[in-house]
Amino acid sequence: MNALSIRGLTKTYANGLVALHGIDLDVAEGDFFALLGPNGAGKSTTIGILSSLVNKTAGKVHVFGHDMDAELEAAKACIGLVPQEVNLNGFEKLFQVLVNQAGYYGLPRRRARERAETCLRELGLWDRRDDITRNLSGGMKRRLMIARALVHQPRLLILDEPTAGVDIEIRRSMWAYLQEINAAGTTIILTTHYLEEAEHLCRNIAIIDEGRIIENTSIRALLRRMNTEVFMLTLDGDLAQPPELPGHDCRLVDPHTLEVAVHRGQSLNSLFAALSEQGVTVVSMRNRNNRLEQLFLQLVRLDEGRLESTRRREADARLAGGGQR
Amino acid sequence: MSFWRYYIPFETIVIRETQRYTRIWVQTIVPPAITMTLYFVIFGSLIGRRIGEMGGVPFVDYIAPGIIMMAVITNAYSNVVSSFFGAKFQRHIEEILVAPVPNWVIILGYVAGGVGRGLLVGLVVTIVASFFVSFRIHNLAVVVSVVALTSVLFALGGLINAIFAKKFDDISIVPTFILTPLTYLGGVFYTISMLPEFWQKVSLVNPILYMVNAFRYGFLGQSDVPLAVAYGLIIGFIVVLFCFCLWLINRGTGIRS
Ligand SMILES: Nc1ncnc2c1ncn2[C@@H]1O[C@H](COP(=O)(O)OP(=O)(O)OP(=O)(O)O)[C@@H](O)[C@H]1O
Ligand SMILES: [Mg+2]
Repeated sequence: MNALSIRGLTKTYANGLVALHGIDLDVAEGDFFALLGPNGAGKSTTIGILSSLVNKTAGKVHVFGHDMDAELEAAKACIGLVPQEVNLNGFEKLFQVLVNQAGYYGLPRRRARERAETCLRELGLWDRRDDITRNLSGGMKRRLMIARALVHQPRLLILDEPTAGVDIEIRRSMWAYLQEINAAGTTIILTTHYLEEAEHLCRNIAIIDEGRIIENTSIRALLRRMNTEVFMLTLDGDLAQPPELPGHDCRLVDPHTLEVAVHRGQSLNSLFAALSEQGVTVVSMRNRNNRLEQLFLQLVRLDEGRLESTRRREADARLAGGGQR
Repeated sequence: MSFWRYYIPFETIVIRETQRYTRIWVQTIVPPAITMTLYFVIFGSLIGRRIGEMGGVPFVDYIAPGIIMMAVITNAYSNVVSSFFGAKFQRHIEEILVAPVPNWVIILGYVAGGVGRGLLVGLVVTIVASFFVSFRIHNLAVVVSVVALTSVLFALGGLINAIFAKKFDDISIVPTFILTPLTYLGGVFYTISMLPEFWQKVSLVNPILYMVNAFRYGFLGQSDVPLAVAYGLIIGFIVVLFCFCLWLINRGTGIRS
C-alpha cells in the first residue's frame, strides 16, 4: 500500500494564483522521499493540503488508503507535520506543548506524558522541558516541532524544510535521527532546497517547479543522469593562466584556485596526471556546491534571474552551515 | 472507544484554556472583580441609598444580578476571542487543525473554556457582592441555568468574532461598540417599566435584557419579560450561533487558505 497517493491535485489561491497545476504523486510505505524545488514552486502548498491547513481546489489524496475527503480523521491520524514556519505558542512550556499535541491526537493523559518525555529526550530537549517556547533558539524550536510531530507516533512524517537555519552539527544529528526512525518503519517526506540533503537522506525524489512535477524518480537514477561534476582545486603555487587540460573545461577562479569540469567517462587519474605533467601541484580539492543548480538547468529552462537567486541562496546556506560536505 | 476519541481532545483543549486564564489571573480574574466592586460601592452603597428602592427591593439588591451577569458575559466572550485569535495569530491553532479533532469538538472545547472563566469570574463577583447585598434566591435552578446558557451563548459569540478577526483591533470592536452598550441598556441598572413606552419597546429588541431579567428572576422572583421567552431566545441564539460557527470552521474561514 502507498503511504501517500495524490491524483490531479490543484490549488488556486483566493487571489487567483494557481500554485498547483494538477500534480500526481505516489510515495511508497517505508520510503524516504524528497520533494525538491525552488522558492514558490508549490512544496508548502502541497504539504498544506496533506495536513489539511490548506483547502484544495481539486484532486484526490489518499493517506495509507484513507481518502482525505471521506475519512479525514483516519487520514490525519497517520500524519505528523513539521511545518516550514514556527507555529508554537510562545508562552507554553515545552512539555505542555507535547502533552497537548498528544491529547489532540487522542492519547490519554498518562500515555501523553510518557510520549512527551520520550520525544523530548530523543530530540535533546528534555533539560528545557519547563522553559517556555519563546525562550528557545531557532534550531531548538525546529527540533521541538519535530518532537511534537512524532508524539503520536505517526506512520507518515512530513517535514517542510526541517534543516533551514539549523547548524551543521544539529543538522547531522537530525539527519541521523530521521534515518533511524525511517529504518524503524516511519515513512518520511521532506522538502528541501538542497540536493545534497536529499542525496544524503532520501531514496526517491520528486522535483516540483511552478506547480508541476517535472521529475519523479529515484535519487540514484537522477544522479546518474547528471553527467558533469565540477571540482575546485586549491593549488600549491600561483598560476598566471589555466593549464592545458584536453577534454576538460577549466578556468582560474584566482591564481591558486582552479575550477575543473569532469564529465562522465573521464577519470580523475588522467586529470591529475595531466596536471602533474605541467608541474601543477594540487593541495586540496572539493566539489563545487552547485549540483542543484546544474540539475535545474538540465530539467527546466531557467531564466538568469532565478539561477542567480539560487546561487545566492546556496552561497548563503554555505556560509550559514559552515560549508557542508 | 469512540467517546474517548472525542473526549480526550476536548478535555485537552479545556485544560489548556483553563491553564491559560488562571496563569494570567491578574489580567483575567482581578480586573472584573475590581470593576464590579466599584459598581457595588458607588451605585449600591453611595448613590443607591439615595435612590431607595427599585422594583420593590433596595437598589443594590436590584442591580446585583445584572452586574454579575455583565461580568459573566464579558469574560466568557473575551476569553474565547482572545485565546482563539491569539492561536490564529501565533499560528498554533494549526496544532489542533492538523490533528484528527472534529470541528465541533474544537468549538465545544473553546466554548467550555470561555464558560469556565465566565462562571469563575461570576462567582468571584458574587462573593464580592455578598458584602453589599443581602442575597435571596427565589429559584436556584433558574439562576444556574440562565447563567450557564448565557455564558455558552457569549463564548460562541467570542469565537465567531475571533474567526473573523484579522488584527488585534478587530477583537475589541464588538465588545466596545456592541456588547457594552447593549449590556448597559439591558436593564442592569433599571427596570424598563421606568422608561417611556416607546423606549420600552426598543429595549425589548435587546437580547441581553432577557438574560439579565431572567437571571434577576432567579434571585428576586421578578422580571420585565416572560421567563419562557427569555429561555427560548437564549437557546435559539445558541443553536444559531453554534451552527454558524461550525459552518465557518468547516469552510476554514480565517484559518485555512
Ligand atoms: N496564502 C496564500 N495566498 C496566495 N498565494 C499563496 C499563498 N501561499 C502561497 N502562495 C503562493 O503559492 C505559490 C507556491 O507557494 P509555496 O509556499 O507552496 O512554495 P514553496 O515551494 O513552499 O516555496 P519555498 O521554498 O519558498 O518555501 C507561491 O507563488 C506563493 O506566492
Ligand atoms: Mg515552502
